[in-house]
Amino acid sequence: MSGLSLSGFFAMGGYAAYIWPAYAVFFIVLIADFIAPSLRRRRNLCELRTRLARQAARATRTPPASP
Amino acid sequence: MANWIPLWLHKLGSPPIFYRFAGVLRPWMLALAVLLGAVALYGGLVLAPPDYQQSDAYRIIFIHVPSAWMSLFIYGVMAVASFIALVWRIKLAEVVAMESAPIGAAFTFITLVTGSLWGKPMWGTWWTWDARLTSELVLLFLYLGVIGLYHSFEDRRQGARAAAFLAIIGIINVPIVHFSVNWWNTLHQGSTVRILGPSKMSGDMLWPLLTMMAATKFYYLASLFSRVRVDLLAMESGKDWVRQIAEREGRQ
Repeated sequence: MSGLSLSGFFAMGGYAAYIWPAYAVFFIVLIADFIAPSLRRRRNLCELRTRLARQAARATRTPPASP
Repeated sequence: MANWIPLWLHKLGSPPIFYRFAGVLRPWMLALAVLLGAVALYGGLVLAPPDYQQSDAYRIIFIHVPSAWMSLFIYGVMAVASFIALVWRIKLAEVVAMESAPIGAAFTFITLVTGSLWGKPMWGTWWTWDARLTSELVLLFLYLGVIGLYHSFEDRRQGARAAAFLAIIGIINVPIVHFSVNWWNTLHQGSTVRILGPSKMSGDMLWPLLTMMAATKFYYLASLFSRVRVDLLAMESGKDWVRQIAEREGRQ
């Protein structure tokens, strides 16, 4: 690193246009990879709950055959 | 199965137990990944001196090389889990293999893009059909093939078996990627870090690289655990333990 200045750090010796996009790709891809399963989990559980609710509703609607 | 395998390992293979086990470990793996990643970034971007030939451009190495290692390592894990899944029909091995593929594909994609961003200032080109680059691109296609094949079947487990077969065949590409820089005359530089013998890299550049390698390993475990948990819930959605989880989270 040339000097201790912050702008010197961000300039990366003139290679800022290559280094920062590379680091951005690294973080964006990994963050997306990490968020994807939690979204899928929420959707799956939501679907499962509606299915269970439907089953429960059907069970209460049909009266028992014998008292 | 063989009786030399301890009981706890059998139990760990059961979906509800692995679900809980992965749930406990996952935050720790993620915390280690973030902590080691932050230390490695500080070491690589701030403390390490510029390279005498490449100046600051070489700093892409701290994400490019660990990602490349992970792209091969995850493929190995996927192939071994696929083999176990095909031979012993263990549900958990199937899930581990299939959920490793997207993480491996992510790391391979990062490797190709960061390599391209490094190649432009150093080689003067974004891309060249050289042995290392081409075999890494083939690795990405293998991952995408495994993911695609898995999702192209109506029945999840049938898809997993077909994709596991492809994953095992594709393992042939892993040594090709690794040794391509020795076998062919390529633009890509040879390996600088060695397991056996001294590395050809100065210590203040080497430690951030190795720390980032550890961080990506922990990240893989964290991501794999959360993915496997979601898959186990989907696979066992008819079972009581999944129903209980769905109801408990619905009340919140």
